[in-house]
Amino acid sequence: MSNPAPALETLSYAFPGTKPAGPFAPVLAGVVGSGNLEVLLEASAEPVCRFDVQTSARGFGSIWEAVLGDFQRRHDLAGVRVSIHDMGATPAVVGLRLSQAVAQLRTP
Amino acid sequence: MNGMNAMKPALPSRISYAECSARERLARLLDADTFHEWLPPAQRLTSPHLAQLGVPGAFDDGVAIGCARLAGHEVFVAAQEGAFMGGGVGEVHGAKLVGLFRRALRDRPRAVLLLAESGGVRLHEANAGLIAVSEVMRALLDARAAGIAVIVLIGGANGCFGGMGIVARCADHIVMSDAGRLAMSGPEVIEASHGVEEFDARDRALVWRVTGGRHRYLVGDCDQLVEDDVAAFRDAAIVALDSHRPLTLPALQDEHALLQRRLHDAGDAIDAPVMWQRLGIAQDERAPDLAVHELRALERIGEPAR
Repeated sequence: MSNPAPALETLSYAFPGTKPAGPFAPVLAGVVGSGNLEVLLEASAEPVCRFDVQTSARGFGSIWEAVLGDFQRRHDLAGVRVSIHDMGATPAVVGLRLSQAVAQLRTP
Repeated sequence: MNGMNAMKPALPSRISYAECSARERLARLLDADTFHEWLPPAQRLTSPHLAQLGVPGAFDDGVAIGCARLAGHEVFVAAQEGAFMGGGVGEVHGAKLVGLFRRALRDRPRAVLLLAESGGVRLHEANAGLIAVSEVMRALLDARAAGIAVIVLIGGANGCFGGMGIVARCADHIVMSDAGRLAMSGPEVIEASHGVEEFDARDRALVWRVTGGRHRYLVGDCDQLVEDDVAAFRDAAIVALDSHRPLTLPALQDEHALLQRRLHDAGDAIDAPVMWQRLGIAQDERAPDLAVHELRALERIGEPAR
């Protein structure tokens, strides 16, 4: 019997931030496609920026932590929940989609 | 503004429909800021099947549905995202389309627009996807039978194939661009099942000649041929608001008779221009290369030359 399909990897991070985003309508950037990802930003009551990542590329947790930590160092967000569906995007593409999502957040 | 800029000829501000994502199409095609989405991404109505296969899902399962205004008229609209699994119809994706058509029966919008971009059933979801597509067809035909116009727009890079190709042909009106494709079995499927002699899926010119908007327009499978431009699709969709065709037995019999004649006259044609010759349309040998506006002047099935 063949092996079961490799499971998706789920990663979660929370970084403290000092700039509350306030209430906002959910924002979506990107599409789940090969080498691409979708990023959903939602308002939350927590004093952190929380990231929940679901990815088909397993074993890149330390790189996700570095890319998301870098994003949070630049934006210092609080009260934001970021949900990501990833299909093997490179760190540069992840950074781009996050920036696009934040840009949409700031131009209502 | 300085003098140099003032001298520049105004460039047409054309935005490629094919290059846009599903959500960009909705934002640009409908009246500005009128799209109200049902079951939006934040509701996380995702596929129950994909994660089991190790494939990430999408928050909207690859289709956005909602209501909006088009030239001031209330319309319901769905847009499939071709970049997510080729626009494949899974269980949730299909259920969203079905729900949209059923809600149209209740709320009676002016029309339902389907911005189709799909390879058909999402194979990962097998039977659930097949059942979903058949339910979409039923729901679409119910909406038509109730007098609501169903308009399909096809211009994405993934085309409109498989079950969604059938769904499209169930509609009142189809708008395509030159870049759009519409067919049942996709090129790779035909090559895999009948051999490369029957159909060479790597021959992109051949693929577009026999499935592209140009051919579909000339043989009467699509109603309007437009440039690959979101504004052109919008204008065509507005024209199509009045396109409701009664869903009657005589209309169906007429269509069957037309298809039968087509099969009889050109069933053995090996390429699109050969088929046009046999059918007595687009006799101009430059037809495969004519610009869209020139092609629209040619005689085609169901309509004399203009």
